[in-house]
Amino acid sequence: MSESAAIEYTKVAEIKGPLMIIDGITKASFDELVEIETSDSDRRLGRVLEVGHGKAVVQVFEGTTGLAISGTKAKFLGKTMAMPVSPELLGRVFDGLGRPNDGLPDPIAEKFLDVNGEPMNPERREYPTSFIQTGVSVIDGMLTLVRGQKLPIFSGSGMPHNVLAAQIARQATVVGTKEDFAVVFAAIGVQYSEAQYFKRSLEESGALRRSVLFLNLADDPAIERIITPRVALTVAEYLAFDLGMHVLAILTDMTNYAEALREISAAREEVPGRKGYPGYLYTDLANNYERAGRIRGKNGSVTQVPILSMPADDITHPIPDLTGYITEGQIVLGRDLFRKGVYPPVNVLMSLSRLMKDGVGEGKTRSDHMEVGNQLYDAYSRAQEVRALAEIVGRSGLTGVDLKYLDAGDMFESHFLKQGKDENRGLEETLSRTWDVLSTLPEGELTKIKEKHVRQYYKETK
Amino acid sequence: MVAKGRIVWVSGPAVRADGMSSAKMYETVEVGESKLIGEVIRLTGDVAFIQVYETTSGLKPGEPVVGTGQPLSVTLGPGIIGQIYDGIQRPLSEMAKKSGDFIGRGIETTPIDLKKKYKFVPTVKKGDNITGGSILGTVDETPLLTHSILVPPNHRGGMISNMIGEGEYDLEQVLAETQKDGGYHTELKMYHKWPVRHARPYTERYDPTVPLVTGQRIIDTYFPIAKGGTGAIPGGFGTGKTVTLHQIAKWADSKVVVYIGCGERGNEMTEVLVEFPHLLDPHSGRPLMERTVLVANTSNMPVAAREASIYTGVTIAEYYRDMGLDTVLVADSTSRWAEALREMSGRLEEMPAEEGYPSYLASRLAEFYERAGRVRSLGLPERSGSVTLIGAVSPSGADFTEPVTTHTIRFIKTFWALDTRLAYSRHYPSINWMQSYSGYLEDVAKWWKENVSSEWFELRAESYQILQREDTLKEIVRLLGPEALPDEEKLILEVARMIKIGILQQNSFDKVDTYCSPQKQVKLVKLMVRFYKEALKALREGTPLADIRAMPVISSLLKAKFEIPDEEVQRLDGLENGMIEQFKKLQNKEEVKVVV
Repeated sequence: MSESAAIEYTKVAEIKGPLMIIDGITKASFDELVEIETSDSDRRLGRVLEVGHGKAVVQVFEGTTGLAISGTKAKFLGKTMAMPVSPELLGRVFDGLGRPNDGLPDPIAEKFLDVNGEPMNPERREYPTSFIQTGVSVIDGMLTLVRGQKLPIFSGSGMPHNVLAAQIARQATVVGTKEDFAVVFAAIGVQYSEAQYFKRSLEESGALRRSVLFLNLADDPAIERIITPRVALTVAEYLAFDLGMHVLAILTDMTNYAEALREISAAREEVPGRKGYPGYLYTDLANNYERAGRIRGKNGSVTQVPILSMPADDITHPIPDLTGYITEGQIVLGRDLFRKGVYPPVNVLMSLSRLMKDGVGEGKTRSDHMEVGNQLYDAYSRAQEVRALAEIVGRSGLTGVDLKYLDAGDMFESHFLKQGKDENRGLEETLSRTWDVLSTLPEGELTKIKEKHVRQYYKETK
Repeated sequence: MVAKGRIVWVSGPAVRADGMSSAKMYETVEVGESKLIGEVIRLTGDVAFIQVYETTSGLKPGEPVVGTGQPLSVTLGPGIIGQIYDGIQRPLSEMAKKSGDFIGRGIETTPIDLKKKYKFVPTVKKGDNITGGSILGTVDETPLLTHSILVPPNHRGGMISNMIGEGEYDLEQVLAETQKDGGYHTELKMYHKWPVRHARPYTERYDPTVPLVTGQRIIDTYFPIAKGGTGAIPGGFGTGKTVTLHQIAKWADSKVVVYIGCGERGNEMTEVLVEFPHLLDPHSGRPLMERTVLVANTSNMPVAAREASIYTGVTIAEYYRDMGLDTVLVADSTSRWAEALREMSGRLEEMPAEEGYPSYLASRLAEFYERAGRVRSLGLPERSGSVTLIGAVSPSGADFTEPVTTHTIRFIKTFWALDTRLAYSRHYPSINWMQSYSGYLEDVAKWWKENVSSEWFELRAESYQILQREDTLKEIVRLLGPEALPDEEKLILEVARMIKIGILQQNSFDKVDTYCSPQKQVKLVKLMVRFYKEALKALREGTPLADIRAMPVISSLLKAKFEIPDEEVQRLDGLENGMIEQFKKLQNKEEVKVVV
């Protein structure tokens, strides 16, 4: 949209929830940015959601508290919301709307980019295939992250999703390369301490100067959260596709984002879909999550790790449900493992990385990688069944093979899954541990692994 | 007269314009100064309600809206195959040339290259009488596909007054002229247009009797779909809908595959684009892309075009069907299409039915699936073709009682139910064999008998029975443990496990296992059934179950699916003989000791 002169209106017809309806509109466009000035000269930003018949519905990011029907001025800026970008953004901290909040001056903009972005042409995408080593065994071994992937963490309240995300951010490398990387972190309605934990973690590892932080904290305006992931991803795309960096974008917590969306939808009296969330929640989430990937002929990439807390640990709740339909897999944290004190408490059976098959194997990691991953799933799933059975019939009611599975399940959790918050395991070590676990089973049980790999890696028991 | 109006209201993809009294329902219109493409979906007085196929950011009241007089149509002719289109048949490669790596707005493109030359071989001559749907001649669209040039189905027929000879022509070349009493004169080219919301007509419908062979064991052997049939594959996220659909698109023995990515992931479309040119069709040895066309409207592309993409895809499939070809259309996912309907319905402020979906959801689904079928085409020469429709459904919360799933089930005959629990234990494809069904089983049995094996139907039934018995026994095991069962029932559990691992599970990412020929399928099933019978006999003759469980042949039976490729399918006979040998040895303990 071309920039044109700003027009000011003063006829506010209605204010409800996060919305303000302005009358007497002669010239305004859909999605236009609006600057609102209250009678005591306080300035806020808003965006046009609907326009026509002389009226405009404006969503006010900082909330409508303190706005009055009279004395409020709305300046329609003739442009959509844009984020100023330049290499100077690295190392800076912004608020949820992309304004500096680290006490430093505005960075000098190289250009302005529309925060809504545009859909990447599927024909121009480069299919993601480079393995990212995170140093976390369960991820590298069974839920491999690939450059350009979007892999969310489904968590629940109190579980260590932030610790895991920070560990990934610190340790993630593509083995054998020394390329430019950057971290974009968007805090969406999270507590101060959580944002601070992340910032400190980046600081200690020296990655802060290669990071851009956007902070909308729990006590910041809720409606602002609609924009926070958008500005963050706009910057991520700029760093990746203009500057050629490999960007890891962490968005936490997308549940707060969806709730802000619901608030606006309710204020607009829209027909709700499930649990009061708007019918377009899927499309709206996709507009954020799909801003990950690689482009043919360009060097950079955007890898997304969104975090969301499942309300009441319910994976069928609309937010995790729709997210899972969009993202390329999910890392699910499990309450049981968390209670047992296992870190990271990843429930592997519910977790999945859809792009793993393309990032591992001969020439990328190791030829048995995919097969041992699959066999481990199979073994652990069987172990869980046997555990449930053992609760009822006791160990004596189990067959010899079943008992072996019980041991394999225990060893999986203690020897493979569990690791330190700062422990960075190499891929060889991770794969070696998978064979330690699998070798507790009789060879004949390894039905998902080719004979030659069994011969090469199976560890005979002493 | 072409409608010319002005925008009065904008909200997301919905626009209202006045001064549109001469606009028609479902007419395509150009919206705003940047000429965004839209479609009229409601008329009230002189106000038209328009769904816009592109992002409306920056659109404002007062901007012009101009009608085109045409309904939303696709351009049909050689050059479609191998393309990747958006929901309204704009080639994404052309769009990339004009707007770069990201999709811009108001881009005009031609759906097929009208300047490309093809070698045309006429099959009719001057003086012949033709009717709508007749074939004028052929061109080679790809090395894998001979494309018949069709007279538009709505053509009134007539005598050919002028016919071009064999030669290289582009698509704008007039190939034939026709004349009819009363002066009905037409010029026919290599392409024509057809409105997407109208099913293309045919002469007669046949019953589907030939299976669509997909190389996927659980589909072909247990829940087959017929050419011209309908199928749905519902499942929660992570259950493998997309992988299963990709497998069907890759390996189905059909001449043309239309793959619609409807509101799904961008990378999945890219995957098809990257992978298909390198994969070879098992029937012809040519790259799969030479028979595939993609319609991609990913989840972040405008929602209204997502609604249209289904119709664009099925019209293309019908067009190839009319040439007398078997076509398959896979739509991933119809739920996203239904959501697009819901979103537009909401903005029209219609009264919602269940979960906010419009009340016409069921009738729209019915209309879509009715476009499947095996038919005798219009015109001459006589020929028959088929459209097989397969739709993924993404039920919210993996709950099959939600509206899109429940309505879809009413209109399809093959149901592949994906099971979250199977997926969690990495049993892929996670098609639940107790919940799924096929209405074509009896119809395709004859084909199997005549073309593959006379035993197919019985073997399938026997193996399925083992699975059914295991399903009931599982309940007991859950309460009492496996040791509570008598040995014969424990054997059922063991063989069911072998069928699950050795047959039902199939690894799409393994070079050998990804496709399993019908011959190999029958042999594998036979091996398992034979194993069961032999084991039961041995058990009754006193062989301990533990000895049977310890037979080394079991591991080979389970790995045969990926260790023995299709070309060496006779090795399975050797495996069968080896199995019989081992049973013989079991029954004679002395001999076993000698061997050990």
